[in-house]
Amino acid sequence: MIKTDILIIGAGPTGLFTVFEAGLLKLKCHLIDALPQAGGQCSEIYPKKPIYDIPGFPEVLAGELVANLMEQIKPFQPGFTLGERAETIEKLEDNTFVVTTNKGTKHNAPIVAIAGGLGSFEPRKPLLENLTNFEDKGVAYIIKDPEVYRDKKVVIAGGGDSALDWSIFLADVASEVTLVHRRNEFRGALDSVEKVQHLKNEEKIKLITPAEIVALKGTNALEAVVIKKAGDNEEEIILEVDSFIPLFGLSPKLGPIADWGLDIEKNAIKVDNTLDYQTNIPGIYAIGDVNTYPGKLKLILCGFHEATLMCQSAYQRIFPDKRYVMKYTTVGGVTGFDGSKKEAPKAVVKKIE
Amino acid sequence: MSDISIKIIDRDGVQHEVDAPTDMNMNLMEVIRSYELAPEGTIGICGGMAMCASCQCYVKSDHELPEKSDDEDAMLAEAFNVEDNSRLGCQIHITVDLNGLEVELAPEE
Repeated sequence: MIKTDILIIGAGPTGLFTVFEAGLLKLKCHLIDALPQAGGQCSEIYPKKPIYDIPGFPEVLAGELVANLMEQIKPFQPGFTLGERAETIEKLEDNTFVVTTNKGTKHNAPIVAIAGGLGSFEPRKPLLENLTNFEDKGVAYIIKDPEVYRDKKVVIAGGGDSALDWSIFLADVASEVTLVHRRNEFRGALDSVEKVQHLKNEEKIKLITPAEIVALKGTNALEAVVIKKAGDNEEEIILEVDSFIPLFGLSPKLGPIADWGLDIEKNAIKVDNTLDYQTNIPGIYAIGDVNTYPGKLKLILCGFHEATLMCQSAYQRIFPDKRYVMKYTTVGGVTGFDGSKKEAPKAVVKKIE
Repeated sequence: MSDISIKIIDRDGVQHEVDAPTDMNMNLMEVIRSYELAPEGTIGICGGMAMCASCQCYVKSDHELPEKSDDEDAMLAEAFNVEDNSRLGCQIHITVDLNGLEVELAPEE
């Protein structure tokens, strides 16, 4: 069981900054995120896009902002459970919570801060009638262990980086790799596009474009896919395969959090914005894009503010008898849990002769 | 004031005729959100960067629309329920030329 003071669900900018504000109050944090890396949307959707409304940063790339936040919170040694989705929550008799992920990892904390953004990122599934019947029986949306595909016939669908990169990788593993995309053009790193071109020329990857997989065949497990080729020479191809990997990117879904008994409105969690962004369940807060209240704006800068107030409230909840007075970092500096100490250099007081 | 009129069929098939301002730097996705014709969290998820397809709509009238950018084109190539008249609402800037535009929201993925 992982124990911490504040358990943060979602490692996007709001969740990361919470670690800093909690750290100033000497509260420890642990973050859970369904994505394999920290940063949330900033890392997953638009790492190369510039953001212009972070106070004090005239322009900062989303990916850089995440890197800066990671640097800023480093002294407070946050723990991470990445690549796992927070699935269930349970309140114990001592008023603390246990949050369990889809992989069974358990976390215990007196405070839960949901900084879940738009929800956890789930693979986008193509609209094929019997798709779910073949899940884990030939159809997979995420490649966990490439060895599963050794000497197998694999068809990949999609036109982005992950479709290109996995086609390249599996070309050396699988016995046959077919890449199907609706267009002749691919959107990915130039390097990957060129590599696929090269592997196609070497006949290590079979490319079928513009085309779409329109049906799946098989009795118990997947046996073949039906590929509809578009354009001038329209035709239907039946391709025998062991595996079909649709890679159409990820889309966020509120997911299991929606079943935690929290007040939900407009796909967001209702919180008390007059005070501390607490939900209807005392001890559970919701901050950043995942919450809603009158006048809510889904902005990173608003998430930072919400995280800051939420930490003050969390402190009072954990230490109801302590009288706390907020201290500026210019006054108190930053003392990390790692023993590091940052503080303003003392002014020189010296007589001028 | 220079509003134009747009017909929008929502995901339940209900038609709405709404006024859209041309002087507020708005796009079609934002107009739809401003009238709450689709629930928050189901449209404009990426905020308008052509990085999701939650604002996909079918253009029913024969208005001449600005050409698709490479980003929009690539996103539509990976979206579902795509038709020849599919566009991303977030990439359609509201201008006076679009008066009388008719669109239908694509189903939620």
